[in-house]
Amino acid sequence: MADKNPFPGENNTGHIWDDNLRELSNPPPRWWTIALWASLIWVIVYGIIYPMWPAPPGSQGFTKGVTGWTQMNEYNTGVAEVEAVRAEFETKLAGMSAADILKDEGLSAYTVASAKVLFGDNCAACHGRSGQGGPGFPVLVDDDWLYGGTIETIEQTITGGRKGVMTAHGKILKPEEVDELANAIIEGKPESSPLFLQKGCIACHGMDGKGMAMLGSANLTDSIYRFVPQGDQSQLDSVKYTIMHGVNDVTDPMTREAVMPAFGERLSKGDIKKLAVYVYKFGGGQ
Amino acid sequence: MSDNQQSQRDAAVDALYAEAGHWHINTGDETIHAKRVGGKWRRLKWLSDSLWLVFFLGPYLRWGDRQAVLFDIPNRQFHLFGVTILPQDFWMLSLLLLFFAILLAVVTAIAGRVWCGFFCFQTVWTDVYTWIEEKLEGAPAKRRKLDQAPLGWEKIRKKGIKHLLWLIIAFLTGIAFITWFVDARQFWLDLANFNLGTTALITMALFTAGTYVLAGFLREQACFWLCPYARIQGVMVDNTSAVPTYDFHRGEPRGRVKKGETEENRTTGDCVDCNQCVAVCPTGVDIRHGQQEGCIMCALCIDACDIVMEKVGRPAGLIRYESLDSLNGKENRPMLKRPRIWVYTAVLALSLVGIAYGISTLDAIEIKVIHDRQPLFVMQSDGSIQNKYTVKILNKMNEDMDVKISVTGLEGLQLAGAEKPITSHHGKVTPRVVFVRAPRKSIGGGSVPVLFRAEGVDKSGQPFVSERQSVFMGPDQ
Repeated sequence: MADKNPFPGENNTGHIWDDNLRELSNPPPRWWTIALWASLIWVIVYGIIYPMWPAPPGSQGFTKGVTGWTQMNEYNTGVAEVEAVRAEFETKLAGMSAADILKDEGLSAYTVASAKVLFGDNCAACHGRSGQGGPGFPVLVDDDWLYGGTIETIEQTITGGRKGVMTAHGKILKPEEVDELANAIIEGKPESSPLFLQKGCIACHGMDGKGMAMLGSANLTDSIYRFVPQGDQSQLDSVKYTIMHGVNDVTDPMTREAVMPAFGERLSKGDIKKLAVYVYKFGGGQ
Repeated sequence: MSDNQQSQRDAAVDALYAEAGHWHINTGDETIHAKRVGGKWRRLKWLSDSLWLVFFLGPYLRWGDRQAVLFDIPNRQFHLFGVTILPQDFWMLSLLLLFFAILLAVVTAIAGRVWCGFFCFQTVWTDVYTWIEEKLEGAPAKRRKLDQAPLGWEKIRKKGIKHLLWLIIAFLTGIAFITWFVDARQFWLDLANFNLGTTALITMALFTAGTYVLAGFLREQACFWLCPYARIQGVMVDNTSAVPTYDFHRGEPRGRVKKGETEENRTTGDCVDCNQCVAVCPTGVDIRHGQQEGCIMCALCIDACDIVMEKVGRPAGLIRYESLDSLNGKENRPMLKRPRIWVYTAVLALSLVGIAYGISTLDAIEIKVIHDRQPLFVMQSDGSIQNKYTVKILNKMNEDMDVKISVTGLEGLQLAGAEKPITSHHGKVTPRVVFVRAPRKSIGGGSVPVLFRAEGVDKSGQPFVSERQSVFMGPDQ
């Protein structure tokens, strides 16, 4: 270090190495310094107001902040606000039956809007987002119902679930008999085949082949099929398959599986009521 | 020229030159204190300035029981006298914007920056602000002196009153702006009761501060450095545009009037180099340098130069509205032969026709039909096919109306879900889900066009109809 500063007037610190390598003293701009200190102060203020610091080692939790703010509180406040808006409708709905709700245009609209999420969470996986059905799962938008399409039966179906049964006829009928029955069904006239009566189909599907809502047996005359063909299967093949292997017949490992789970324990009565209205409003309700 | 006349002229010229030293071109480092001399163009500028009174007074016009012109943003309705425009009609706004953009272009091509010089809020407000300044602080020389004077009671008094008046105008500007968007009567009530909403308060504060700063302090600097239009308009001026121009053929070589020299023996041009054109320029430019970005073409220098020319006994019009072509002796192409003007005019006419068509065909009700996408169609147990639609009824009237929905286009169509008339709320869209059924045999295959029709009758019994085409879908045959 030189005793005398050989570079006066350039704001250096007097630290000079190798003749001309020197340290300058240029402070950062004022605004920068102010911003730095303001940020530091803000961190402290923030730490006082909001939860921020972990608790000391060995103990659980964190500092709560003087305002007691938490994300969960904010969320709960938001939910409470929404609930308050809904309360007006919900209290009305609570005392009404699903059928009564359907009679009120405004409440129906509210129910449809608010049940959309319920349907998405609980029903759409099988029945499709718009109730259009899926491979192996019933369509909800048409007016062909296995167990009846009144608002009450829809509500019962959701609450208690459904499990249809049809015996596998593969060992009972000869292949040509299966062919004949299947063809009659495709034509929409099952009773035109004498086998329909002789083999006891009428026991469940009725004399006219239109099914019985009490049993959940399918209407065989309307060209709407509970089981739609898979892959390159034709509708005729699909009908034959159902006749041969039945539905939910434990003796046949290839049987059609068709189970609607019961939602009575999973969902509240109010939610089921809403869902019933929602499904009814798909357009098929009777 | 008599001796008396000669001495009068000399005295006038002396006075001019005594003052000339004060004036220099704007370099942005000091406030421009422009001189006011009066004249034809000055009067015209006051007239065009006063058009802005519409901005202040317009909101107090009434139409029936509401404000005549109200841009009601919270309710998404624009009221223009008898017409109510909803967001659905907003395509007209784009035509209106197109119209004004092209109007700006065509006016600029013909006569330069008429907008800047006579109508722009920046120059108009600045004009009014500096007028107040002159009334309170005196002529430019006095103002400059006052600016430099040490702070004293006199200075505080004058400046204080000036800034107060400026702030009041700025405040009123803010209020005027807001009252186009909220009901003016209600606004004053709310203001008196300290009951204004946050949006109104913030808007008012921004406009007050903006007006005060822009017209009081930034002034011509806004035209130089902030305003994009100034630059764009400069580009649209060409050699055929008639703009305030210094006739340099006549004026140069400029030279001061020499005492005793007769007009006949003069070797200099007509410009007496008195700097009066610079003195009166609100942006502080020298028009004698030719067209330049700082020139807002307010024509005040024409007034100033004409006065001087009269004093020194030379013909007026050394600075005048003239195109560069005609100044250079070229024949000015007539307006009709300039394709640019034709294109501009065609676009202007088109946009006007579009707006006129839009306003005249504003439907009172309008339906939109949205076909459900999933599923596209549903087979019914009776063999028919069902499609689901959401019908949206937009009611643009001022009253609720019961609307009947019907659908045609296919044999045996049945509509469900709209048996009773639907109450459509005014100013709103009322949606309704409807189902349409058709026998399978009447659909050829794929999709068939169908026509939805909404009919309603208002209180006075006038019928309103709106139709909308949609499709009915079925399985491929």
